[in-house]
Amino acid sequence: MNSTIFLQAIVNGLSMGSIYALIACGLTLIFGVMNIINMAHGQFLMWAMYGVFFSHSMLFSDSYASLLFTVPLSFVGGMLIFVLFIRPILNDSPINQILVTLGLGMVLENLALVLFTSDLRNVTSGLSNSKIVVGSVYVSATQIVAFIGSIAMTFVLYQIVQRSALGRSIRAASEDPEAAILVGIKVKRVYLISFALGATCLGVAAPLLTPLYYISPTIGELFTLTSFVVVVLGGMGNFTGALIGGFIIGLTEAFGYVLLPVGSLTPVLIFGIFILLLLFKPEGILGTRGSRV
Amino acid sequence: MKSEAFWEYPVQLLVLAVFLLLPLWGLSSYVLNTLIMMLFFGFLATAWNILGGFAGQHSLGNAAFVGIGAYTSTFLFSQYGISPWIGMWIGGVLAGIFGLFLGYSAFRCGLKGPFFLLVTIAAAQIVMLVVLNCRALGGASGLTVPYVGSHPALFQFESKIAYYYVAVGLLAAGILVSILVSRHRLGYYLVAIRENEDAACALGIDTLHYKLLATFLSGFLSGLGGTFYAQYILFIDPESILSLGLSIEIIVYPILGGIGTVLGPALGAFILYPVGELARSVWGGSAAGIHLLFYGAFLMLCIIFMPKGVVGLVRRIQEILKGKLRAREVEALAKE
Repeated sequence: MNSTIFLQAIVNGLSMGSIYALIACGLTLIFGVMNIINMAHGQFLMWAMYGVFFSHSMLFSDSYASLLFTVPLSFVGGMLIFVLFIRPILNDSPINQILVTLGLGMVLENLALVLFTSDLRNVTSGLSNSKIVVGSVYVSATQIVAFIGSIAMTFVLYQIVQRSALGRSIRAASEDPEAAILVGIKVKRVYLISFALGATCLGVAAPLLTPLYYISPTIGELFTLTSFVVVVLGGMGNFTGALIGGFIIGLTEAFGYVLLPVGSLTPVLIFGIFILLLLFKPEGILGTRGSRV
Repeated sequence: MKSEAFWEYPVQLLVLAVFLLLPLWGLSSYVLNTLIMMLFFGFLATAWNILGGFAGQHSLGNAAFVGIGAYTSTFLFSQYGISPWIGMWIGGVLAGIFGLFLGYSAFRCGLKGPFFLLVTIAAAQIVMLVVLNCRALGGASGLTVPYVGSHPALFQFESKIAYYYVAVGLLAAGILVSILVSRHRLGYYLVAIRENEDAACALGIDTLHYKLLATFLSGFLSGLGGTFYAQYILFIDPESILSLGLSIEIIVYPILGGIGTVLGPALGAFILYPVGELARSVWGGSAAGIHLLFYGAFLMLCIIFMPKGVVGLVRRIQEILKGKLRAREVEALAKE
């Protein structure tokens, strides 16, 4: 393999990986705080991406401007979904929780199919045509924005959880909900806000992702599964782990497409990693079993 | 557990008789098709239930079993001319072996609950991706079963009624296996494992052994179903028979009907499949995923409001009625 392909794969891997990391942070926040495995996460993202598409075609000329639209909407949407579907099952068995979110994902996916049809959509940004050429490696401006934006949002989320008063109650509620109630934390409200924050990650990820990736109702499933791999890789409920896991999966994917004799078998590699992890190291690569947020 | 024996058998036989006589009514081909698919999904749900319901190990990768069965018999038939009636058993056994391999790795490493479910999803996705990229199996464009006209020895019939009876036979066999499992020691062991695995282990039950047995049975039966699908539709592709969508569909029926009961899974399919079919026929042309939208909604509502399914609901009503009757008897005795 020559160095151009190698470097190009690194560039592509890092930009997709940063977005995977951001998406996975939302998932890991929801899991870390209330132990819910959200199988509808990728479908939330898909809806956010349609949000970008429609705001792009109706309101804004640039996909990044739709952040103004998708961020508040995903926060409110997350709250709504929590109240309607997640709150009733907080004390159910983990399997039942998975099944409810799975059903929710099905509804969201097929609703999108009914409303938006299965046509593939593209969104362009004003930056879509600008790129930096280093030697023979192309780095598009949208890739750089995706990278910086994702890392920034992950950092903001980390700061909220580690430094703010809200973050303190989030951590308290995730470590011991009963003790948290005893010291006067409104745990249900903390759950509500955490779930909404998890959805907001997707509201930020969608505009960053759309210039790089097509939109269709069925991509949700793919992103749900990929973000699970990232979360398990980094250790469920672990932010730093999700960040590292995102890059590992992004790079694995990018190199898989160039190195494997059949490029389209790359997901097999990723699911293979996933199975091996679940079997032999379910606590993730960072390795502390049961770590939370 | 024993008490259900006396009222469940006559009901089952009656239902079987109704199903055997139904085609005499001169049903339209459309209704017949709906019935066949309903029976087929009832069978897949019953197969899922042996591992997911009795043993409590929820698999979300059953499409892989169905697909392995369908692809095996179709490949053997189109390449070597081996009758699907024989290929069906080979496919079933291969699906069962795949289940054993998956179950052995997962159970050996102590995976349960959500983690087992995630592993089954990933394993089924791998099977789908491999088939998608395998030219000998037709890749994304799928395989067509060679059409030989009416040829019962090669599992092809001119009339839908023949397929209908095969489907009835399959489901009856699936339910019979379920009855045998639930009445046999195996069933009690599986329920013990589901309710409290550590306690079952402490009682000396070889939990790994029995979970694997359930996995094999579930995979084997699902594989048989795959061949039926291939021979009935005469076309298979990864999207229709190996996708996560099919795995989810298989799990929705038992949840609606009642997980871990003998008749619940089939009952769920009998209720939900026609609803989905109705939705498809009303909005069909304009909206592709409409029936899956309904299934997803049913799945959510069932878990939230009716976690024990229709069978659980019926049992509760019965218990309430019985309780009232008993209260009346006691009252009458007290008056005397």
